[in-house]
Amino acid sequence: MKYVDEYRDPAAAERLLVAIRGLVTRPWTLMEVCGGQTHAILKYGIDELLPAGVTLLHGPGCPVCVTPLEKIDRAIALASRPDVIFCSFGDMLRVPGTDCDLLSVKASGGDVRIVYSPLDALRIATENPGKQVVFFAVGFETTAPGNAMAVYQARRAGVGNFSVLVSHVLVPPALEAVLDSPHCRVQGFLAAGHVCAVMGYAEYAPIAARYRVPIVVTGFEPLDILQGVYLCLKQLEEGRAEVENQYSRVVSEHGNRPAQALVSEVFRVVDRAWRGIGDIARSGLGLTEAFAQFDAERRFDLSQVGPRPEPAECIAGLVLQGVKKPPECEAFAGRCTPEHPLGATMVSPEGACAAYYRHRRLTARQGKTS
Amino acid sequence: MSRPDDVSPSCPVPLSQYGHVLLAHGGGGRLMHDLIERVFLSAFRNPALDTGHDAAVVDAGGARIAFTTDSYVVHPLFFPGGSIGTLAVNGTVNDLAMAGARPVALSAGFIIEEGLSVEVLERVVASMRDAAREAGVPIVTGDTKVVDRGKGDGVFVNTAGVGLVEHGLRIAPASVRPGDAVILSGDVGRHGMAIMAVRENLAFESAIESDCAPVTAPVLDLVASGAEVHCLRDLTRGGLASALNEIAGGARAGITVEERLVPVREDVRGACEILGFDPMYVANEGRFVAFVPEADAARAVDVLRRHAVSASACVIGRVAAGPAGLVAVRTALGAARVLDMLSGEQLPRIC
Repeated sequence: MKYVDEYRDPAAAERLLVAIRGLVTRPWTLMEVCGGQTHAILKYGIDELLPAGVTLLHGPGCPVCVTPLEKIDRAIALASRPDVIFCSFGDMLRVPGTDCDLLSVKASGGDVRIVYSPLDALRIATENPGKQVVFFAVGFETTAPGNAMAVYQARRAGVGNFSVLVSHVLVPPALEAVLDSPHCRVQGFLAAGHVCAVMGYAEYAPIAARYRVPIVVTGFEPLDILQGVYLCLKQLEEGRAEVENQYSRVVSEHGNRPAQALVSEVFRVVDRAWRGIGDIARSGLGLTEAFAQFDAERRFDLSQVGPRPEPAECIAGLVLQGVKKPPECEAFAGRCTPEHPLGATMVSPEGACAAYYRHRRLTARQGKTS
Repeated sequence: MSRPDDVSPSCPVPLSQYGHVLLAHGGGGRLMHDLIERVFLSAFRNPALDTGHDAAVVDAGGARIAFTTDSYVVHPLFFPGGSIGTLAVNGTVNDLAMAGARPVALSAGFIIEEGLSVEVLERVVASMRDAAREAGVPIVTGDTKVVDRGKGDGVFVNTAGVGLVEHGLRIAPASVRPGDAVILSGDVGRHGMAIMAVRENLAFESAIESDCAPVTAPVLDLVASGAEVHCLRDLTRGGLASALNEIAGGARAGITVEERLVPVREDVRGACEILGFDPMYVANEGRFVAFVPEADAARAVDVLRRHAVSASACVIGRVAAGPAGLVAVRTALGAARVLDMLSGEQLPRIC
């Protein structure tokens, strides 16, 4: 298939692997930021093909995994209301809340619908004027423009029965949180290509300089990832710590400016709790005052759904920060499976635990994962 | 708020067991298998059921009879390449074929929602008549029920079928042996993506049509060819991956598949790429896998390729001595990974 096969070519992959093997003189630990990259790495077995000393840690860039429990519980509370049609991206439906997940709400009679675009949720609102339609606006900078557009159009068209439950998060503050952790092992980052397609990569330069860490904006196909690894390792071997752009066919330095303008009109930067990691200052997006009327948390009384303590049953927080790998968890593939996830990282295909479970259970059990 | 100065691992309360049936329990993956095992098999347990095959083979006065049933709840009722009616006939005919049986007769039961247009019902029935004719099997008995508006989705169809087993083979997962070749009868993922495209109103450059078709003729030829057929399985919900996992589990053997050998049509690949689906897990309605000894593989492929429905049949992998129950796939880049059974439904990804 055009634009796909070129980036999965085995011969080109082998050439990159030879180049990587010729480059590496000592062990290095890199982190791929985005869950989509984690998924591709495990699906194609890329980590197994790298030299033994090169370790890939899986970063916090899975929106399903980092959406805080309180937001999931609020989504479940909203979806359970008889006057609400609750719309969400598909893979949020199986994320466990405190008592149940959105799929269970649907099975118990809640009107929960999977949409492919937030604009579909807006259309459902105009088609169902007697109902309140709530869209679960989650994700990183990648999904922010689409979600902003839905709210923007709702205001312009005066769609009064549409609102959004917002749990947007931002990548750069999360990278700094990972780097600030005393357990941090990360020596270089593969930054999330699609986040940078929207935001550009200018905001990464201060992080690379301050923490002396190379950051390579990387795509999602096997050759993208191998080339990103190569560029990152080359910087490390040469003692450089710069921002480089492997994904130049999609990403420009300053990103998609109209999209950024829309995002900053509809959203403002707020403090945000990350599931499994904790509170990170100025790491999320919330609606601006001008669009506050579309904030589901203002429209509905959700005061009874407050922050819940999360029992330390699993090590999702350590996995999301790259401190541990999924098979190092006692519960992995035993008490914790995709059918019965203990933590959100076992839910989405982008979650590191689910990706290991699906693609790497055999070697994981034999203890050969790193 | 401040940044965490140390890691604070946290996690929600475990969801032990669902108290309600979820849609995912019907998705053909592990949840469905758990439900069948826990609720149905434990209640009905008997030797014919325990073989875990698409069709049970029972002894009836000296004759070996294959017997199967299936219900169809597809929405929309009509889609490119077929309808609920063609599915209902071909699905049951194919389940019989997976026992190597010649179909003898079908039943048809209809659960109709109040308000369904008679014209629509007639079109469904006409498509069943045509499909039954093509498969060479009469529909000899039936049943009709009507439920209140809102209690059904237009029409649900159930079919049951009996077939005659005219060979002496024991076609079952337990017959699979290490070294067997795994033969796939054609490209995968078409039915699931055809339904998905219509249901979700996704417009692709050309309509993806379902692969819905009867596979009796190539299977009976395969059995007649003298190839020692160890196991047959049609690839429906859960796709190729789930079928291989079921057989690996039943055979207590491992299966290794070469990803690059599994045919997927370009438009199906494209649709899967867009939605974040893996074609290995997408439903089919006219595809099957056959397990035969390595020595019979070339002959088997040759026989299957003589039929239009299996014209692109090919060997995609091998059965290995172990580890039991595990399906491994060699990726395009040469690395190996586990091909797990579908867990719940495939859900479209966020980004």
